[in-house]
Amino acid sequence: MSDMSVTSAPSGTASFLRRALRNRSFMVGLVITLFVAAIALLSFVWTPYDITQLPVSERMKPPSATHWFGTDHFGRDILSMIMIGARNSIAVALVAVGIGMGIGVPLGTIAAARGGWLDETVMRFNDIIFAFPALLSAIMITAIFGPGAVNAIVAIGIFNIPVFARVARAGALALWPREFVMAARVAGKGAARITVEHILPNIVSLLLVQGTIQFALGILAEAGLSYVGLGAQPPMPSWGRMLFDAQTRMIVAPYLALFPGLAIVITVLGLNLLGDGLRDLLDPRLNRER
Amino acid sequence: MTRYVLRRLAIGILTLVFASAVVFFVMEILPGDPARLMLGLNATEDAISALRQQMGLDQPVFVRYLAWIGGLLVGDFGRSYTYSVPVLELVTERAAVSLPLAFLSLILLTVIAIPVGLFAAARRGRAADAIVMGLSQMGVAIPNFWFALLLVYFFAVWLRWVPSGGFPGWQSGLWPGVKALIMPAVALALPQAAILARVTRGALIDVLGEDYIRTARAKGLPRNQVLWRHALRNALIPVLTILGLQFAFLIAGTIIIENVFYLPGLGRLIFQAITQRDLIVVESVVMLLVASVILVNLVVDLSYAIVDPRLRGAR
Repeated sequence: MSDMSVTSAPSGTASFLRRALRNRSFMVGLVITLFVAAIALLSFVWTPYDITQLPVSERMKPPSATHWFGTDHFGRDILSMIMIGARNSIAVALVAVGIGMGIGVPLGTIAAARGGWLDETVMRFNDIIFAFPALLSAIMITAIFGPGAVNAIVAIGIFNIPVFARVARAGALALWPREFVMAARVAGKGAARITVEHILPNIVSLLLVQGTIQFALGILAEAGLSYVGLGAQPPMPSWGRMLFDAQTRMIVAPYLALFPGLAIVITVLGLNLLGDGLRDLLDPRLNRER
Repeated sequence: MTRYVLRRLAIGILTLVFASAVVFFVMEILPGDPARLMLGLNATEDAISALRQQMGLDQPVFVRYLAWIGGLLVGDFGRSYTYSVPVLELVTERAAVSLPLAFLSLILLTVIAIPVGLFAAARRGRAADAIVMGLSQMGVAIPNFWFALLLVYFFAVWLRWVPSGGFPGWQSGLWPGVKALIMPAVALALPQAAILARVTRGALIDVLGEDYIRTARAKGLPRNQVLWRHALRNALIPVLTILGLQFAFLIAGTIIIENVFYLPGLGRLIFQAITQRDLIVVESVVMLLVASVILVNLVVDLSYAIVDPRLRGAR
């Protein structure tokens, strides 16, 4: 039952695709997410304007046919900056999810496999990290190494560790008493081998759903960090930094604050819808949990 | 019951000790010597080592950690490197803005989210539920500081109902102070309320499927009484868990939101301290915030025992 993962049988794949196409929140989320990713990739080869140029004559122009989203106080095209900012947001959030999974999942699965004092230690370690919101970690890291995008990645990544450790542990604990795991133990497989061969494949869907949620949270956290100056540094455009710059100019140019904010909302909304949809698709039993 | 409470207390204290060690040792591996920093570039080596001795920086790290912890416990946070005033003075003055803001938003969050979650759960699958869920999906995606900027633009710049920021200070009275915190608190609370409303709805829907709810309805209890008394109480555990986690977000959020509203709170203090490399201030503020997060989660853990009698014997 729980081995109905994405990669089961060809017929399973076909029925999965059929269900995916019918799942509205999955499809809407997927389209938005792919759109944002495509914009970020496109920005590597093309943006409407070159944002390293600072044309004085184009400063603070409201949205128009030539500059769809207007220009900022340096005359830079807002649309181009948002496109490049998408790269930064996605990169930071993605690597932070990678850090969280890379460390959290082994911790969680080991804790579940061994139990006892090791489990207790991992859980208490989680408690400690949970006491540090990403912003506080970022503040400490910045106080030491100075501001930069890497700090944001590390701070958000650290915050993700206990999240994935808990999800992996809970998922693994539910699997250990199951018959197919028992069978593997009877067959003489060790805890490590069972974890890799039987536990991990069966918690992939849980991790995927959580990964999508953490990705969305990472985008929000990165925006907050760069808004207070603890994330990407100028001239690298980032959505949070653009909102910071917009704040003091809001009376004359409210559009400066509108578009970067919308970019964040749309991206996060897309990822959340994708996560909700994935949850429904990958494990119908999970529906009732939220 | 006692065992559960004692165990939770022990875990809370242990977490606090380890978290304080993390804060202290992370700040200790810093490059740069505070004594050298305070005296500036032209200071002689003698003067620097004299100040190092005076500040206790020549002691072994572990001794300084204990001294720091001991100081925190009796309210001696040390002296600010840049202002040369006791850190406690700086921190209490700023905390008088940040902590009321955090608690005000916690109250708003609860007062908004739980009734909305109840409302949606009671009308599950109907239009009202769909609208509430759609709005909360939006709320989850909105960064609180952007929402704050929109509020400032709408209410301060456009309608001119309220000033766009600043804080009159508590000495000018309770109401002016609270008034200055309302908009920041709303900005902080609403996005989090969207999350909590979803959790409340989900937990209630689970509970509403249980047999004892049907029994309660079958024996003729009014719908609302079943909802508020029987269902809500049983759905409270996941709600409380999320609420505890959200307090950490609110604490972090105040630091960011203060920048939008130019509030003289801990957030602005900590950012100033970072640029001035006033590390003892950074250390103290981070420790204070981490401690309040741990404390609130401890309270949440303990309140499980009140909400769910079954837990009293457990674990």
